[in-house]
Amino acid sequence: MHDLKHGSPLNTYIEHCGKGELAYQVCTDDNTPVFFPRVVAPKTGSPNLEWRISKGLGAVYATTIVYYKNEPPLNVALIDLDEGFRMMSRVEDIDAAQVKIGMRVKMRMHPGDDKQPPYPVFTPAGDAK
Amino acid sequence: MNGLQKGSVAVVGVAESDLGQVAPNTSPTDLMAQATMRALADCGLKLSDIDAVLSATSQSRYSTMALCEYLRIKPKFFDGTMIGGSSFMSHLAHAQAAIQQGICEVAVIAYGSTQRTVSRAAASPREYNFFETPYRPFFPSSAYALAASRHMHQFGTTREQLAEVAVAARKWALMNPAAWEKEPLTIEQVLNARMVSYPLTVRDCCLVTDGGGAIIVTSAARARSLKKKPVYVLGVGEAIGHTTISNMPDLTVTAAAESGPQAFRMAGLKPADVDMLSLYDAFTITPILFLEDLGFCPKGEGGRFVSNGAIAPGGKLAVNTSGGGLSYCHPGMYGLLVMIEAIRQVRGECGGRQVSNCEVALAHGNGGVLSTQCTVLFGSEGTL
Repeated sequence: MHDLKHGSPLNTYIEHCGKGELAYQVCTDDNTPVFFPRVVAPKTGSPNLEWRISKGLGAVYATTIVYYKNEPPLNVALIDLDEGFRMMSRVEDIDAAQVKIGMRVKMRMHPGDDKQPPYPVFTPAGDAK
Repeated sequence: MNGLQKGSVAVVGVAESDLGQVAPNTSPTDLMAQATMRALADCGLKLSDIDAVLSATSQSRYSTMALCEYLRIKPKFFDGTMIGGSSFMSHLAHAQAAIQQGICEVAVIAYGSTQRTVSRAAASPREYNFFETPYRPFFPSSAYALAASRHMHQFGTTREQLAEVAVAARKWALMNPAAWEKEPLTIEQVLNARMVSYPLTVRDCCLVTDGGGAIIVTSAARARSLKKKPVYVLGVGEAIGHTTISNMPDLTVTAAAESGPQAFRMAGLKPADVDMLSLYDAFTITPILFLEDLGFCPKGEGGRFVSNGAIAPGGKLAVNTSGGGLSYCHPGMYGLLVMIEAIRQVRGECGGRQVSNCEVALAHGNGGVLSTQCTVLFGSEGTL
C-alpha cells in the first residue's frame, strides 16, 4: 500500500513533470492504465500500481476555445494518450480554432512559473504514430 | 430505487422564492425560508408540521443546519446531499425513503442562491485541480462545450440545432410571467452572440440570477387531506458519473442513461407515457443529451429531434415550459425549479403555457459538469 506519510501520488507526478516526463500508472494485476494518479486502482482497490512514462503521443478527443476578455482565444482539449488514458491539456503552436478532434499530438512540458509547477501541454504531431 | 414504491409520497406544496435579482445582503437562507413559508401556504400546512429538512446551496456549506436554525426546526430526518443542481431530485428520493419508513411525515426540500448579487465567483468558488486548473477552462461552460464538440463530431449535430434549444426556451419564457427574459430570441441572435467557449455563445448558456424555492412532500395518505391536488412521485432514479469532465468516459453519454431507466422501472412507465419534460438546461447541449439518454430519441439524434421548433410551444414534445435555466431563472443549482414546473404542469396551474391533459411529467436534474443525473416522474391521481 502507498505510504502517504512519505509521498503523495500528485507529488510523484509533479516530480516527473519537473524532469520533462508525463507519468501515469498501470495496475499490474490487469495492465489497466490509471490516470489521474491514485494510491489504489479504481474499481478493484488494488495497491499494485506501477509508475510508467508515457511516450507523450496521442489524439485530441474533444476540444473547445475559451474566450477570455482581452486575451487571444485559448484552446482547452481532452487528449487520449496512446497508452490508454485521457487528460485535459491544450494544443499549442497553432490557432485554437485549428485544433480538431482526432488530430495527432505530442507532449511538451510547459515550464510553469514560480507559482505553477511544470505541466504537460501538446503540439501537433503530424502523422506520428 | 429498490424498495421505493410508486406513489407512496406526493408533493403537496410548491413555491419559488423571489427570483431574478434580490436586495443586497439577502442570504440564501432568507430565500429558502421565504419559499418554505410560501410552499406551506400553498398546501395549508404549518411550519410546526415539518419534521424533515433537506437542502443544498453552493453558498452555505451547512445549508440544512442553517435552515433549521433560521426556522428553529428540530427535524426527525435531515439531508444535505450536495451533488450540484440535481441535489434536490436526490433529496426527494431520500425523503420518500424516510417517509415510507415512518421516520418522518412532512419534508421540506429547499434551495436559495444570491449568485447574481454576489457574483458567480463568490457564490460558487472553483476548487483547484492540478489536472485541469492550469489549462484555464472556463468552468462550467468549457466542460459542456467539450461535450458539445464531441456530439457535433460524432453525430453531425450543428450549432443551429443547439440554438433551437435556446430559442424554444425563450418562446416558453415569453408565456411565463415569472421569467427573467422578456424579449424574443432568434437562431441568428444565438449564433452571433458573444462566444464563451466554442461552440457555446452566451445565449447557449444559462442565466445567472438569484432565486430559490421549496417543495413540501408527505405521505400519499396525508396528501389527500390537503388543499391542492397531490402530485405523486411515480418514480425516481439517481446516478453519479464522475466529478471532473476529464474523467467522463464518453462525453456523449451521461448518467441519465442510468437514472432514467431506474425512474421508469419504478413507475412502470415508458417515455411515450410522458406528457411534459422539465430537463435541466444549463447549456443548450444538455436537453439534447438528456432527450437521448432518457429514451425520447436514439443516441445521436437529439440535435435533429429538437429542430424545427419541436420542443417549442406548439411542437411535438413540451420541454421546459417555464423557459428553463436558459430564459426563466438559473440561480446556479436549478434542479428544484426544474421540479416545480413539472409539478405545476401536473396540477394544471401553468396558465397560458399549460400542457393539455398533463398527467405524467418528467423532471430531470443535472449536477456538476454532466456529473450527477437524477430523474423524477410525477403523476396525477389517475396515474397510480
